[in-house]
Amino acid sequence: MSQSAPLDERVLEELRQIVGPDGLVIDPAERAVYGYDATPGHRGRPDAVVFPTSTEQVREVVALAARERVPVIPRGSGTNLSGGTVPVSGGIVLALTRMNRILEIDEANLTATVEPGVITGQLHRAVEQRGLFYPPDPGSQAISTIGGNLAENAGGLRGLKYGVTGDYVMGLQVVLANGQLIETGGKNVKDVAGYDLTRLFVGSEGTLGVITRATLKLLPLPEHRRVALAIFSQLEAAARAVSAIIAAHIIPATLEFLDRGTVEAVEEYAHVGLPAGAEAVLLLAQDGPREAVDREIERMAEICRREGAKEVHVAASDAEGDRLMAARRYALSALARRRPTTILEDATVPRSRLADMVRAIQAAAERHRVEICTFGHAGDGNLHPTCLTDERDREEMARVEAAFEEIFEAAVRLGGTITGEHGVGIAKSEYLPWRLSPATLDVMRAVKQALDPQGILNPGKIFTGQGRRRRVVHAA
Amino acid sequence: MSVQTEGGLPLAASDGAGASRAASAWLDAAGELTYQCIRCGFCLSACPTYGQTLLEPESPRGRIALVRAAYEGGLSLSDIAPHLDLCIGCRACETACPAGVPYGAILEQARAAIETQVARPWPERLARRLGIGRILGSPRGLRLGRWLLWAYEATGLRRAVRATGLLQRLWPAMGQLEAVLPPVPAPWRTGRFRASGARTDVPRRGRVAFFLGCVQEMALGEVNRAAIRVLEAAGFEVVVPPGQGCCGAVHAHAGQLEQAVRQACRNIEAFERVQADYVVNIAGGCGAQLKEYPKLLAHARDGELGRDPERQRWLERARRFSERVRDFSELLADVPLPPMGRLEGVVTYQDSCHLRHVQRVVEPPRRLLRRIPGLTYVELPEADRCCGAGGIYNLTQPEMSAQVLERKMAHVRATGATILAVANTPCHLQLLVGARKSGLDREGLRVRHIAELLDEAIARGRVSGD
Repeated sequence: MSQSAPLDERVLEELRQIVGPDGLVIDPAERAVYGYDATPGHRGRPDAVVFPTSTEQVREVVALAARERVPVIPRGSGTNLSGGTVPVSGGIVLALTRMNRILEIDEANLTATVEPGVITGQLHRAVEQRGLFYPPDPGSQAISTIGGNLAENAGGLRGLKYGVTGDYVMGLQVVLANGQLIETGGKNVKDVAGYDLTRLFVGSEGTLGVITRATLKLLPLPEHRRVALAIFSQLEAAARAVSAIIAAHIIPATLEFLDRGTVEAVEEYAHVGLPAGAEAVLLLAQDGPREAVDREIERMAEICRREGAKEVHVAASDAEGDRLMAARRYALSALARRRPTTILEDATVPRSRLADMVRAIQAAAERHRVEICTFGHAGDGNLHPTCLTDERDREEMARVEAAFEEIFEAAVRLGGTITGEHGVGIAKSEYLPWRLSPATLDVMRAVKQALDPQGILNPGKIFTGQGRRRRVVHAA
Repeated sequence: MSVQTEGGLPLAASDGAGASRAASAWLDAAGELTYQCIRCGFCLSACPTYGQTLLEPESPRGRIALVRAAYEGGLSLSDIAPHLDLCIGCRACETACPAGVPYGAILEQARAAIETQVARPWPERLARRLGIGRILGSPRGLRLGRWLLWAYEATGLRRAVRATGLLQRLWPAMGQLEAVLPPVPAPWRTGRFRASGARTDVPRRGRVAFFLGCVQEMALGEVNRAAIRVLEAAGFEVVVPPGQGCCGAVHAHAGQLEQAVRQACRNIEAFERVQADYVVNIAGGCGAQLKEYPKLLAHARDGELGRDPERQRWLERARRFSERVRDFSELLADVPLPPMGRLEGVVTYQDSCHLRHVQRVVEPPRRLLRRIPGLTYVELPEADRCCGAGGIYNLTQPEMSAQVLERKMAHVRATGATILAVANTPCHLQLLVGARKSGLDREGLRVRHIAELLDEAIARGRVSGD
């Protein structure tokens, strides 16, 4: 409004024709706030933000961008933690928040068909009202969009037993980089007609196409749920307990871990009653038929005691369960308020290496004199080493970077991965060659080249790294 | 009027250079606080204006980023002003925030910077100066306001205005408010309060210094009297300290932080003149402001409270004052009340945002409502979300306010409630407007403050007990 954008007026006018005057944002202040997501240290500035309300509008916007060779950055609520929605080379941010209808809940086929802007938590509530269950529950589910969850293949607290977003996608409608529309999969439980393109687009971080509709798998809502909390004075004992639970053929709905630093922060912030000197806390939950839940939660409690837990509490009621879960719920809050900048990473290892990984994180933090506390999904080996720092302090940020480099190196060495659920985006792109062989990366590049030869879809993500040492981009 | 000299506070410089220095000082203060934001976006789900628009600049995270950009120099204050203006200031984002970002402080200080720097259209300037500055700015202004309101009705002007529909045409939002205002009693009949003696038939629970509030006393003064009766019935001795004024919330929200500081100092002085165990009020927004006096004064600019040790003394006085502040429901929720008669109906409750998200008082109002015999309590969906009143937001941003209100009234309708209980002045007026506009008032919905409901139930208990 007050200042013209770098996109020329002719293109802006065409965009305005497609999405209508209130579907286009070019005001500098209004554009500026579409330049970030939840990833610390990364910022860009789009030339325009558009808010399509239909697949047809998305198609037309992408076709226009292809013709003009302008970058297109699909975006939901901007909660991702890898810089996946930062418009690093300007272009058009395609905000899908207004495509937010739940199109259908099919109780006969146990599917939900949704537009990409539907909020994850809203879908949870909508299906649970009908006694159904959509398990993926990333930490940001109160505001994250399904489209964003699909693009990042988001995980969550229920990953161990129920898997991640990708495990619940049956079919997609996708706008390709040339503006063409394709459909993949559908409501068939079995369908092997051709390559599994559904899986290809899930986790593609907006680099292969724009998801405009998804058909998701639902489950019956578990009848019952119980929670237990175990406190350990030795990290290794907690890790042994995790292995022993799985070895006993129990797959808990949730198996979360908090390290000493996190426990101390939570206790200081929320006074939930965790004892001093706890080296590790495990939070366990099981869901399913009442009888099985009661049996397995008791059995898990017993295993924790046997492996040396100094305290085990099994919740007798939902209210008590909520109280026990508070320790995990407050983890991010307790940590995030200690310092201005919070860097939440997601190094992941096979769960048998949990204790080794936590030790490696603690050693790296100590060596580089930075504060890193770790919590996360012990059951699936997906840890969240969380660094508390200040992005304005360049000297400290260099040490933070060095510590994380060691952490990712350790994760890969232990047979793990550089990112369990946040995606590569910008933040991890330089580490990707640590995890994938050159040949594997070549296959991925070939796929990218085939689907987006002009490179207009979310450029500057995933493949930019040359295996260099990571350089933390300081906020300009 | 000699507002400025009360409390012996020096006036801030008002020349051009002074204003610019003031703006940058406020912006620096706000800007520094923005670094605590981790941009997780959790606040978006709690924000009424984001919920309505789905636009990042109208979300707390977006506004924080805008303030930070202005602080770092990428944007100007006038670039960001429209988005800060559209914030209702409900502070639900603070409850949702994992990182403890002091959003309210960022908002108020950024608005203070904008206020000294960005030119407003003249009708808005006039309304701010007269309405907020003169009428709400001093006890004398408040008395004048009561007289004006009374005269408006007594002279038949109100009837004329309504008959011609003039106000509805010129200023629809004000017209809607005007239409739901209850009759104002003659000011000479409500003017003075005397200290009550505690009732002798109930155990004595302490001495309450009652805070009236400005609009509350002007427009809904009867609710204050109902609250005082309930407090007395519960065994509290109630005094109404003379010399008290507006809490200053309306000034702070509008970015007039110096005015807000003057209101705070005046009230602190007025309440120091009486002995009391508690400072009690019935408006969640005012209570929040009273409880935040220490923060407000701590952020006051250099010289505004004098120099140390004078300044330190003010901070200490503010702390002692705020420690004693309780919301009406907070004080009464667990105190024995005299036998209550039955009120029939289904009651639901709309949280006062500042009672819930700033004072963190969530259960006490609900507990009190559940204690009234005959009433069935149902929880209002999204009760923790703003109704769109936001102090004077319904007048400054009528369009967004109306959208938020419409959603609210749809939820109220779904509960099937016959009574909508409130705990804050602006919410009370806004929901009266909502009941009128949605037609729920014609279907029998009454909007009542919790204090009125308790007062009525206690009165009925007395009748049936006699």
